[in-house]
Amino acid sequence: MGLFERLMHIDRRIIFLCIALAVLIPFIFPLRLPTYVTRRVKDVYDRIETLTPDDPPVLISIDYDPAAMPELQPMTLAVLRHCFSKDLKVITMTLHQAGPGLALDATSEAAEEYGKVNGIDYVFLGFKPAIAMVIDQMGQDIHRAFPEDYFGTPLSEIPMIADIHTYDDISLIVTFAASAITEAWVAYANGPYQEPVAAGCTAVSATDYYPFLQTGQLFGLIGGLKGAAEYEYLIGVPGRAIIGMDAQSIAHLIIIVFVIIGNVAFFVQRRGAAGGGRRG
Amino acid sequence: MRRQVPLAICFFLGVTMAIQYFIPHRVSLVYGETIRTWYLIVFTFALVLGTGSLIRVHWARIRRRASGWWYSLIAMGGLVLTLAVGFFGGIGQEGLFMKLYNYVQVPLEGTMFSLLAFYIASAAYRAFRARTLEATLLLLAAGIVMLGRVPIGQSIWAGFPRITEWILEVPNLAAKRGIMIGVGLGMISTAVKIILGIERSWIGGGD
Amino acid sequence: MLEGLAPPEPASNVRAFDTPNDAGGSITVTWSPSSAEAERRPVTYEILRSSSLDPALVSVGSVVAGTTAFEDASVYDGVEYSYVVRVHDGLTADADPTAPVRSSGQLFHRGRVNVLVGVVLFTAFLVLFIQQAKGGKELYVRRIAGLEAVDEAIGRATEMGKPILYVPGLSVIQDVATIASLNILSRVARKAAEYETRIVIPNRNPVVMPVCQEIVREAYTDMGHPDAYREDDIYYVTFSQFGYVAAVDGIMLRDRPATNFFLGMFWAESLILAETGAGIGAIQIAGTDAVAQLPFFIAACDYTLIGEELYAASAYLSREPLQLGSLKGQDLAKLLIATLIIVGMIFTTFGWPRFVGLFAAG
Repeated sequence: MGLFERLMHIDRRIIFLCIALAVLIPFIFPLRLPTYVTRRVKDVYDRIETLTPDDPPVLISIDYDPAAMPELQPMTLAVLRHCFSKDLKVITMTLHQAGPGLALDATSEAAEEYGKVNGIDYVFLGFKPAIAMVIDQMGQDIHRAFPEDYFGTPLSEIPMIADIHTYDDISLIVTFAASAITEAWVAYANGPYQEPVAAGCTAVSATDYYPFLQTGQLFGLIGGLKGAAEYEYLIGVPGRAIIGMDAQSIAHLIIIVFVIIGNVAFFVQRRGAAGGGRRG
Repeated sequence: MRRQVPLAICFFLGVTMAIQYFIPHRVSLVYGETIRTWYLIVFTFALVLGTGSLIRVHWARIRRRASGWWYSLIAMGGLVLTLAVGFFGGIGQEGLFMKLYNYVQVPLEGTMFSLLAFYIASAAYRAFRARTLEATLLLLAAGIVMLGRVPIGQSIWAGFPRITEWILEVPNLAAKRGIMIGVGLGMISTAVKIILGIERSWIGGGD
Repeated sequence: MLEGLAPPEPASNVRAFDTPNDAGGSITVTWSPSSAEAERRPVTYEILRSSSLDPALVSVGSVVAGTTAFEDASVYDGVEYSYVVRVHDGLTADADPTAPVRSSGQLFHRGRVNVLVGVVLFTAFLVLFIQQAKGGKELYVRRIAGLEAVDEAIGRATEMGKPILYVPGLSVIQDVATIASLNILSRVARKAAEYETRIVIPNRNPVVMPVCQEIVREAYTDMGHPDAYREDDIYYVTFSQFGYVAAVDGIMLRDRPATNFFLGMFWAESLILAETGAGIGAIQIAGTDAVAQLPFFIAACDYTLIGEELYAASAYLSREPLQLGSLKGQDLAKLLIATLIIVGMIFTTFGWPRFVGLFAAG
């Protein structure tokens, strides 16, 4: 079997090994590649940047499961840190049944870093099923959708949220999701109530949301680990996303190299077969 | 009767829920909420059925010592352990149940998700061939977007991120919107066919 | 500071009316801004309310300058209310009270007339083509490679003596992609029953599982092989997305199915399933309306049904007039939408955006 034919049928475990090395080595020997910021991420940052502590709270919906955590938790933390650094009031919640643990972790981690107190600076509402119904109900009365917070305290007894009842009392919504929950926020919060909504999502689903950006149904989008890295760069607090960019860069390059090798082998094979045919 | 009753229920609920969308009156809202709540109840009972099916299948494999029966044993063991830990230890943040979730389930799910990184490389190597003009354009766009979406792309050439944004904001957006419209119409058509009883496969078997 | 300063001009044209298109319990108050705004005085508007139950004026809210509407959602249907808009800028000025108004729920959402027209038109198209099809008219449907290959794929499994793996997606029963997948399962199950080929269907959703069991059981019974039906081959696995994927991957690696069907709604797991299937050498037919997952299926599977090709499968495979007619009706609606998009683009480009406004969601 010639070299190019062997290349065409290379054992996939060699590809897996190359990808593993491409991801691992930059963690050991960081490249420290500079991060650049894209417009859609900056739109989210700029909007939150205009808010002041006297403005109504920001609602952050953490709607993903552990599988999407590596991509979405860094951007969730970055946005929470941004809000807390500006002393904004924050309400967090989740509409994903596997989300409460992750949502509480992210909220607590960011709150602890900035010395924020539950009930005064932030409230964690917890999880409620029936996504569309909850989002719609919150537009009518948040206290009806969530009578208590995650820890069982009635919302009416929590100073920060006692007078917060509808989306009119919320500055903006940021949803982090790896599923169609983002579309539900657009349809049931932005549509009928014109509440500004931004989304954080996995890289693969980011392309789905450009139509919503163009129509203004979403005012910003943080897509994938790259989006998270951009946000960390903007707030000046490097985290897991910026660290992961080196590995992602090399992995992308390796995949491109493999595709080029595969195509070269393919064309050489094809030309060889055609030449053989003509000689016959 | 076995077919007529489900079809009648489907027709009644489908038509009333469609009408409900156009009636903002409180009675209509309450009706819609009630139906959505009933769905949750049905789902919960179906979960019981599903778990029963799971246990029956795996137990049969263990009893027969069928091929791969030890995987069934592990699956059943996991089910019993999680149930026991949850019932007796509670689901509080400090309990064993949440520790199992945070230190077993979360890493396992993340590991499965990370398989994508390897599989995309092997799939791309096997399938991305510039066989035709369209495939070549696809390859070029994919290469540009892959470089434009990571910092190294900007380091190689500042144009990569700009072209990437254009690809995402123009041709990608147009194609996605077109597919979304088509899919949306297909959804309406399928829903109308089911409500009107034209589509009957969902109640089992033939027409 | 306030000595010698005249009070601001009150707001004018104050109107109160029942908030339209709602379930009741809400009254909207609108007004024209006070001239104090134009004079750049820092004004706020306070909305006061009296009712037939309590004639005293009670404050129900305040808004900043630049706002000319307020929705009072704390009223009771059937009670008469009257409103006063008070301008504040240190001094106050009250507008005249509005005429009494009652709130009530509406029986029709007038903002959704365009949706109703669309639904009626679309249904009319469906009915028109169904009637044509019933009348014997030949309706052309283009070739869909993935559906043409279904019989061949099942035949391959039969020849190799290996099972068929059918994954009906990971979504709920009400997801149209799941229903479309179940339609195809009906045909696949009949063929599998005819050849007495084993079909394995692991389910992520417990509501979908009994539907799959019923479909396959009926197929085996109709084809005269009720004893060959194996209920234990159609089972619930887990609701955990990647737990389900791990289980299906395990099935593929151990049972080595000759044919894989991935039809329905998929998310990030699509490539993991498809690539594992490619690794075992199975012939794979995939179909989904999840746009983000289509590239992965196209890269890793032999045939892929894109978006609405999945929905068209039932009509395509059965060739029934009713089904084909509805497919044509759908196509006509798509043509109409494409035409409206072009017309809207032209009108908006030449400065008439109101046409596009007709299609705004209410």
